[in-house]
Amino acid sequence: MSDERFVSIEGIAKRYPGPSGGSTTIFENLWLPIKRGEFCCVIGHSGCGKTTVLNILAGLDQPSEGAVIVDGQAIEGPSLDRAVIFQSHALLPWRSVLGNVAFAVSSKWRDWSAAKVRAHAQKFIDLVGLIGSEHKRPSELSGGMKQRVGIARALSITPKMMLMDEPFSALDALTRGTLQDEVRRICLETGQTTFMITHDVDEAIYLADKIILMTNGPGAVLAEILENPLPKDRARIDIHRHPHYYGLRNHIIDFLVSRSKSFTQTAKNHDPRNVPVVRPALPEPSVISEPAA
Amino acid sequence: MPSSLSLRAAIVSVALLLVFLIGWHIATRGTGATATMSPEYARLMGATATQGKSAMPGPLDVGAKLWEHIKSPFYDKGPNDKGLGIQLGYSIARVLLGYLLAVVFAVPLGFLIGMSPLMSKALDPFIQILKPISPLAWMPLALYTIKDSSVSAIFVIFICALWPMLINTAFGVAAVRKEWINVARTLEVGNVRRAFTVILPAAAPTILTGMRISIGIAWLVIVAAEMLVGGTGIGYFVWNEWNNLSITNVIIAILFIGLIGMILDQILARFARMVTFPE
Repeated sequence: MSDERFVSIEGIAKRYPGPSGGSTTIFENLWLPIKRGEFCCVIGHSGCGKTTVLNILAGLDQPSEGAVIVDGQAIEGPSLDRAVIFQSHALLPWRSVLGNVAFAVSSKWRDWSAAKVRAHAQKFIDLVGLIGSEHKRPSELSGGMKQRVGIARALSITPKMMLMDEPFSALDALTRGTLQDEVRRICLETGQTTFMITHDVDEAIYLADKIILMTNGPGAVLAEILENPLPKDRARIDIHRHPHYYGLRNHIIDFLVSRSKSFTQTAKNHDPRNVPVVRPALPEPSVISEPAA
Repeated sequence: MPSSLSLRAAIVSVALLLVFLIGWHIATRGTGATATMSPEYARLMGATATQGKSAMPGPLDVGAKLWEHIKSPFYDKGPNDKGLGIQLGYSIARVLLGYLLAVVFAVPLGFLIGMSPLMSKALDPFIQILKPISPLAWMPLALYTIKDSSVSAIFVIFICALWPMLINTAFGVAAVRKEWINVARTLEVGNVRRAFTVILPAAAPTILTGMRISIGIAWLVIVAAEMLVGGTGIGYFVWNEWNNLSITNVIIAILFIGLIGMILDQILARFARMVTFPE
């Protein structure tokens, strides 16, 4: 299967029956290819259907039209190939940290012995830096630690793809920063293909290879795919000093503030099958004052 | 000196009990006023008329009788004179049998109703109509069809214990957080495994609450049921002692009904604590 179109979203739409017989279109005609090993971030306002797109990718929801192909196969329901990291972490509160990860491991490899499951689960608990907390219940963990367990659980089944629905939005800024570092490190090390939803522009710039801008719903479309111009070895602490940083950031903010509302009216030749790929660069030097004479 | 809250509460409890016992003792001391009457006539009259004794037994009478019962709880001197332990044993056995039958029936059915919106809607009218029926109203029908009074009492316990468990199980199963179900779905966990590893532990606290309500109702109903069916059991004992006009024994039976009810509730509360998880 081609790595260029490892994941291919092909013309999906989501419609709900309206109150007076008609139907409300949340989004329609969405086309998006995702490369193997790529980190994709979707940014858009609430209500544009980002979470629905993620749920369709996860197989938890079905599109009203269109299909999604992953690694050559159409999605027909939830699969162990695609791990989801939930916004609310969704840990089972009656199980320990180890129990939560082991639940995922034993779901994937049903014939494994208990010892083998434990050892495998432990490896991923170590990976997210939770050594020593294996036997704690989720209620004894901080929000950041809970989300680490969620990440460990998702990684432990060695999925082909990770789906993250605003995984850090419930965390404080410091914890969010460290977890972003962890996720970036793990994704780079393991070459995970990742699809993430976020509201946080800086998070998207730091983590994503491609940032997908989605217009406002109802009737949302994908407006642009931004290629991240920042170097692969970027670090969170000095990312804002990079010369491309503000160009990219301003472009996203401008989109969110004004263009996301007006895009569907103003962009007349927008082809949803070939969403324009934009690579924000340095602003061109321009003359700001003429010499006196 | 600050002392722990439970110690202070215990002191207040004991003080209230003492106040109650002393009040009871004073209230039942006796009237004092006795009429002189011929010995023949006096033998026909009770102690109230001849010695001015209160018709209501005092705490000391009850205490003495209680000690007698505790000394020999399991004597059996024929159908109308059995030890309190035997009578309570019969009642507990009936309650447990009817209750366990209800658990076996209600929990799987509640699961079905909770997991299937179709069954939930389809069975709802039956549950709504059957639930408010007083369990004792079933008694004639049970006696007529089962033709055995003891089994009928067990049936009545079954029918009264059924509804809280059924409704709580259905509610607990239907209210399992969507995200936990989604976790199971994304992990491709099969239906049976999902029911046992996700839905059952998530719904267990609600199910146990229903079971706790049920055991309380079952213990309430057994007394009334045994008054009707007669023969054995603490309910029969109460009614029999009322016919004997032994208010002392009635009071003792009331005390034991309360004690056993409390113990049954506490056992279920312990089970409930075992399955409760902090979030």
